[in-house]
Amino acid sequence: MNLVNKKVIITGAARGIGYEIAREFLKVGAAVALCSTTEEGATKAKENLLKEFPSSKVYAQKTDVSKETEVQSFVDNVFKEFGAIDILVNNAGITRDTLAIRMSEQDWDSVLNVNLKGTFLMSKAVLKIMMKAKNGSIVNMSSVVGQSGNAAQVNYSASKAGIIGLTKSLAKEFASRNIRVNAVAPGFVKTDMTDKLSDQIKEQTLALIPLKRFATTTDIAKAVMFLSSDDGGYITGQILAVNGGLYI
Amino acid sequence: MNVEEKVKNIIVEQLGVEPDQVKPEAQFVNDLGADSLDTVELIMALEEEFNIDIPDEQAEKIKTVGEAIEHIKSKVN
Repeated sequence: MNLVNKKVIITGAARGIGYEIAREFLKVGAAVALCSTTEEGATKAKENLLKEFPSSKVYAQKTDVSKETEVQSFVDNVFKEFGAIDILVNNAGITRDTLAIRMSEQDWDSVLNVNLKGTFLMSKAVLKIMMKAKNGSIVNMSSVVGQSGNAAQVNYSASKAGIIGLTKSLAKEFASRNIRVNAVAPGFVKTDMTDKLSDQIKEQTLALIPLKRFATTTDIAKAVMFLSSDDGGYITGQILAVNGGLYI
Repeated sequence: MNVEEKVKNIIVEQLGVEPDQVKPEAQFVNDLGADSLDTVELIMALEEEFNIDIPDEQAEKIKTVGEAIEHIKSKVN
């Protein structure tokens, strides 16, 4: 998998899956631009990544992916810094879990805005650059719950199902420009986001996973790298489930 | 450079065609080999160059080089 000197944007990379994806890309010699919703998140991630990979190129900027002006500023700056954008990983995502009848309009809007609209806005900004280069690969972060549904996650699961539709449509729109668009649909991954769940829910979930373990962030990062590299060069419009068999 | 020359240059650059192919009656799709994405890119490049807004319903009517030049002239002047 040759990703040396590839210019990669990863959203929501201050921690969790996004941070691990950044690590894995840097490990194989790619240049990484990351964004996070907080200044502190962006700065710390950059510092820590440079500590681990001192000779690498890392760019970081505080960005709210649900705001078009912020997204455009981030993408413009990355392009200035790197001179190209080869790969976009739309990873930024949030949860506001609660049963539908308790869910506020704001819970709904904020999750849809970050997860789905954010993926659209970032893709739109980066695609203009990839179109000119006639080359590029986008990997979006869907989820097993976008495929299976999940109680107390109507907002999150709808946003992740929406990403599947977005992924397939973009794949069709941009195939003629040699731009591939795919998604990874993780199952239950060990991160800060899922650590918040109760032990009881974790045990119940584990019982449903044929591989009998939760995913590591590395499991997800490896799938993202496969799809974004030339090894996945004939794959577009696909949703790669990385879920240990949780949903088949 | 006048509007006509600027528009022709942009068309040459965006569609990768020879300057002498860019005649007023040349159609982007049928004569200059543009697909739907090329057409959108071209309109966006024209918007940027002349700092104007070309809404979709107007853009759909711009099918030839001459129509593009006339449209830009009507907005710039």
